[in-house]
Amino acid sequence: MIVELGHFALILALLAALVQGTVPLVGAHRGDAALIAVARPAAFLQLALAALSFAALTWAYLVSDFSVANVALNSHTDKPLLYKISGVWGNHEGSILLWILILALFGAGVAAFGRNLPDAFRARVLAIQALIAVGFLAFSLFTSNPFARLDPVPLNGNGLNPLLQDPGLAFHPPMLYLGYVGFSIAFSFAIAALIEGRVDPAWARWVRPWTLAAWSFLTAGIALGSWWAYYELGWGGWWFWDPVENASFMPWLAGTALLHSAIVVEKRDTLKSWTILLAILTFSLSLLGSFLVRSGVLTSVHSFASDPERGVFILAFLILVVGGSLTLYAVRAPSMKPTGMFSPISRETSLIVNNLVLAVAAFVILFGTLYPLLAKEVGYQVSVAAPFFNIVFPALMALLIPFMGLGPLLAWKRGNLREALRRLRPAFVLAVAAGLAVAVLTEGPFWASIGVAYGVWLTASVLTELAGRVGLFRAPGQALRRAAGLPRGAWGMTIAHLGIAVMIFGIAVSSAWQREEITVIEPGDSVTVGGYRFVLDAVGPVRGPNYAAIRGTFSVYKNGKFVARLFPETRRFADPPQETTEAAIDPLFTGDLYAVIGQAQSDGRWGVRLYHKPLVSWIWAGALIMVLGGMVSLSDRRLRVGAPRAARVPAGVPVPGVAGE
Amino acid sequence: MKRKTQRMIYVGAGLAILAFAGLLAFFAIGDNVRFFYSPGDLKQLASPPTQSFHLGGLVKAGSVHKDNEMMLRFTVTDGAAEVPVVYDQTEHGLVPDLFAEGQGAVAEGKLGDDGTFVATRVLAKHDENYMPPEVTDALKRSGEWQRGRPE
Repeated sequence: MIVELGHFALILALLAALVQGTVPLVGAHRGDAALIAVARPAAFLQLALAALSFAALTWAYLVSDFSVANVALNSHTDKPLLYKISGVWGNHEGSILLWILILALFGAGVAAFGRNLPDAFRARVLAIQALIAVGFLAFSLFTSNPFARLDPVPLNGNGLNPLLQDPGLAFHPPMLYLGYVGFSIAFSFAIAALIEGRVDPAWARWVRPWTLAAWSFLTAGIALGSWWAYYELGWGGWWFWDPVENASFMPWLAGTALLHSAIVVEKRDTLKSWTILLAILTFSLSLLGSFLVRSGVLTSVHSFASDPERGVFILAFLILVVGGSLTLYAVRAPSMKPTGMFSPISRETSLIVNNLVLAVAAFVILFGTLYPLLAKEVGYQVSVAAPFFNIVFPALMALLIPFMGLGPLLAWKRGNLREALRRLRPAFVLAVAAGLAVAVLTEGPFWASIGVAYGVWLTASVLTELAGRVGLFRAPGQALRRAAGLPRGAWGMTIAHLGIAVMIFGIAVSSAWQREEITVIEPGDSVTVGGYRFVLDAVGPVRGPNYAAIRGTFSVYKNGKFVARLFPETRRFADPPQETTEAAIDPLFTGDLYAVIGQAQSDGRWGVRLYHKPLVSWIWAGALIMVLGGMVSLSDRRLRVGAPRAARVPAGVPVPGVAGE
Repeated sequence: MKRKTQRMIYVGAGLAILAFAGLLAFFAIGDNVRFFYSPGDLKQLASPPTQSFHLGGLVKAGSVHKDNEMMLRFTVTDGAAEVPVVYDQTEHGLVPDLFAEGQGAVAEGKLGDDGTFVATRVLAKHDENYMPPEVTDALKRSGEWQRGRPE
């Protein structure tokens, strides 16, 4: 009964979205206040219905209602509670339902918090948002119904893929979706602005918090996924340039570019049509990502059983969205004239460099990801190996990072390059010295010293900029007071850029100085890896809630002193029958100790895999710091208050707010 | 500065970065494209590939054995032909959890002089039902696709 209710709510949500996607558009076009007023309640109704539907499916999982095909295929009575819940979105149908819920959530967010938006403009934004929802609701109802029943009802379910039964992965999809779907708001704002034919600083100020929120979630989602791959797959790697990873990384790059170009629109009233284009591309790449994951057109270690028919539906939707929005863009964009002028040496120019490099990087990754598809068309079955991305991507970032240090030191409109370079001299000297020291004193590959130099450069230049802002050297006594008075947006930038620096250190050092030992030993034996002595104390069986495991016990010593105890496991699940490797990791500030226990040998010995990975946890720490930067920036009063409105504009007159600082 | 000049500067900078990336991509992709062959495909080739490539098919039942604890030998088949594979786990890591006889697998490596495929990587898959699309295609071509395998 509850399941049917959920299904029914989903159908009603489709109807609500259809109304929300059409009536307000007509209203805004005609200037009919009554029709415009439909948008907000419709958005709330759509959220309520989507939430009801999602709750019904969650309920079916909680009570293990195996008459629902989706539950039977993906759950099991023995499964722990957390994974019964995460099982809801651990499969195709449920994840689409989650996508719909988040889409409705963001729409309702605009309806609730967009009070300072002009009514007609808000109605248009909500209508576009609803049209996207129509596509996904139809997709769910017609090709991937999560509420389909089974007859006869099985006694128990198939269970969730054990690799997915992990806290990191339980929260990875919702985070990622909050990011992907969050960019739909930027898309809806862009399309609404194109319909109205104008973009101004107020527009950028409305779009920014939504983009910032989406970007923060996407950053967190990607980091969680990479962390999961690191400890759950037992290969010790954290990024594989797999198509599915690329699918989440491309919108991140485009979204990062959008975040920066929106600042230029807000501050300088220029770069408008480019920003609109970025908003369209960012969301399109999000859709493309879900198409690549769901259709199974690309070989990926992450591919789960997929369905080509669904792929065709998403492809059609993708073509409609991308084609439609780009056509509208082609017609309307030329009318968006910039008002600002600026010299080539200015902060906006460095932001343009940022945008160019990020866009090109996203494009190159797109090329590498889709290359196998292109090659297939001419009859070759190929895949692009990770070294391709490992050459091209760092080279592009090497172009970008000098500007990350320089840009914030240049003023808007007309910067003083000589003064900025003078202030950055210490940072530059420090970076070169650090790079040379690494090259001379250690036996690392050449790129490791370059990586360290870049990390030092970025850290030092960000701190130089911060010191200048708070007047650390001019008036040290007042620096603290001034630091407290800095806008949160400025703090957000400083923190996020430092996060990138931390990540650069982590990537460079862990890739260059990782030590690995794969061998066969018996209890009592020891292996030394990177200066750490791993002693295998014992191996024995243990039982978990829905698995049986072999657990190894390692004691790790450095210079004879005890450091850590590690318990790697190999788990054997019954439903579905599958083995998983649970690496044991001791994350130290200076580096991770990582142990994996493998197969038993005939003579009572065990295959083991041991690593020392210096600074590897800095990679995720860096991502976390970036998210923190995003959150701090999001709390900026300027964004919450929004652009001031001079007077209430009469409904229906397409005047999207008043610009002003 | 005129707006037009300014725009030209930015377009020029954009093209320069794009050209840089394009050149880089052009040179990088050549070394990093991995062709996929099934054992049947290999037999039909005029000369065996000298570069690293992906070999895919089913791990033949009863073919997995170990020279010593870490040296793995197995046979990849697609019904039309078979290729012996050797994989050194000490050097390249333990095989993934889902590696098993009768399952689909993709190995990356080079063909040795004696016709043995020396693998440097055995690709993992996450899901019981999942079969790499290339392997599915290869099996279909050789008529080995059958027995209600999930599609």
